[in-house]
Amino acid sequence: MTRDAGGMAIETAGLTKRFGSQVAVNSVDLSVPSGSVFGFLGPNGSGKTTTIRMLLGLVTATSGRATVLGHDMPGNALAVLPEVGALVEGPGFYPFLSGAANLHRLDGADRLAPSATRSARVETALERVGLGGVGNKKVKAYSLGMKQRLGLANALLSPRRLIVLDEPTNGLDPQGTREVRSLVRSLTEEGTTVFVSSHLLAEIEQICTHAAIMSVGNLVAQGTIEDLRSVGAPTVTVSTPDAAETASVFATLGLAAEITHTDDAAVVTAQLGTVDPDAIVPALIAANVRIRGFSVLRPSLEDLFVQLTGEGFDIVQ
Amino acid sequence: MFRRRRTLAMLGAVALIPILIAIAVRVSSSRATGRGPAFLDQISQNGLFVSFVAMVVAIPLFLPLTVGVVAGDTIAGEAGGGTLRYLLVAPAGRVRLLVVKYLGSAVFCVAASLTVIVFGTLIGVILFPTGPVTLLSGDTVSVGESLLRSLLVASYVTISLLGLSMIGLFISTLTDVPVGSMAATVVMAVASQVLDQLPQLDWLHPFLFSHYWLSFADLLRQPISWDSYGSNAILQGAYMVIFGALAYGRFSAKDILS
Ligand SMILES: Nc1ncnc2c1ncn2[C@@H]1O[C@H](COP(=O)(O)OP(=O)(O)O)[C@@H](O)[C@H]1O
Ligand SMILES: [Mg+2]
Repeated sequence: MTRDAGGMAIETAGLTKRFGSQVAVNSVDLSVPSGSVFGFLGPNGSGKTTTIRMLLGLVTATSGRATVLGHDMPGNALAVLPEVGALVEGPGFYPFLSGAANLHRLDGADRLAPSATRSARVETALERVGLGGVGNKKVKAYSLGMKQRLGLANALLSPRRLIVLDEPTNGLDPQGTREVRSLVRSLTEEGTTVFVSSHLLAEIEQICTHAAIMSVGNLVAQGTIEDLRSVGAPTVTVSTPDAAETASVFATLGLAAEITHTDDAAVVTAQLGTVDPDAIVPALIAANVRIRGFSVLRPSLEDLFVQLTGEGFDIVQ
Repeated sequence: MFRRRRTLAMLGAVALIPILIAIAVRVSSSRATGRGPAFLDQISQNGLFVSFVAMVVAIPLFLPLTVGVVAGDTIAGEAGGGTLRYLLVAPAGRVRLLVVKYLGSAVFCVAASLTVIVFGTLIGVILFPTGPVTLLSGDTVSVGESLLRSLLVASYVTISLLGLSMIGLFISTLTDVPVGSMAATVVMAVASQVLDQLPQLDWLHPFLFSHYWLSFADLLRQPISWDSYGSNAILQGAYMVIFGALAYGRFSAKDILS
């Protein structure tokens, strides 16, 4: 197998898709490092699924290019896709076949998947997503969550270098959502790159090493989770009845204080900048400031997400 | 495909054609022998004729109907069910998927034609006397020879349906709604036969894929007249090439949005 270009499992440059006059994906430059768990975030209609379809060779880009596992797509789809497991916009199975028979069929569609180990691999994949007991039931008897799990099992049929999951927690209960998270963790331990899209940041924030944020077809932020968190500067907050004294101590430390009064105390905040947060409390105590509360907060990724993509239920067109 | 109840139901319906014909003839001929159309009359004298009569009845509508359902469903059915994207990501390969799907339709054509012949022969043997068969040319052939000719008819009808199957495959790449492509394929079969009936368009007739559908009767002459067999095979082959190329052109670069 060829090496990934620059250790990137996925790389796109100027990737664009237009549907008629509507631009669904607008010049997206994605860089997904090998071995990462990459969160692909954005509200509904922001272009996540369209991007994923282009990565998988289902949709031809209007312009730009995409490289997956070191090969250009869609030209090398037949070489690349056997090493890619995918769940795209919900599961799709024959209702009149059992879950296991559906997996057999899809595995059989991949010429490179060895038929000798097929039954064992189907069995293992079903076990892994918690469908071990119902693999022989017809899919039409499955609940939405069970179908979603079967879709995950399909992505796990063969050893993969990349797994692409489009909204994998759709239709799952909280327990199922937790299971997906632990499944993704176990995949990364095996060295698989996981590219997971979601419109719910909270569901994947804990498991991602990297993330990108889409808004109305544009990629508005991308990087490691740490990088993204540090886009907003951390702030220090002191709750105290001695607001004025606190502000002057802050001034000597080089912090610009902002005071908001509450009933019996004041809250003094400041951008932390390069000041060592551990030096603040000793300085306040030395100045005999009474401290009722102290915290150093980084803005949450959620704040960034909302700030970049807007809030509310309206789908931005 | 054969794991689908729908496929088996359609073959069952096709099998009913010779059975119903045989029973109808049996019931009526016990009351008034010697009447009715000449062809049907043959049945009561020789059961081996049931399958030929059934084929004449089946080929204008019943067989195109079932072939339309199978061939029209090939790609559109996968798209409508959401399985197409997973087959392609597996990856099945777009060309390979088209080929496999077409072969599936062709196998169905074989199965449907054989169903008419096999069930026709069986019910004929059960309900009527059997013996040497008098052909359309007036010659008589042995039971064994007549069974051989039945198989020849089955192969002729199978070939006759291959062009329509490829048309169905092409239409199936145009839509994500399988019912639409099934109906459109059946409409094509009907339209072709209607055009074949219009004397004003007789220049067009040899190019219509249904033109030789009923000419399998030529296989029931002595000596066998192979002309229509050959012309039919060439015509169906031409339809397969043209619509195969159209299906490839349409599907190989299609955006899969289902
Ligand atoms: N088949 C299509 N035809 C026209 N527009 C489409 C089609 N599919 C998606 N779109 C548009 O592309 C945009 C992005 O959609 P999508 O990629 O599905 O977003 P997401 O997966 O982030 O919810 C949306 O505005 C949607 O309306
Ligand atoms: Mg989506």
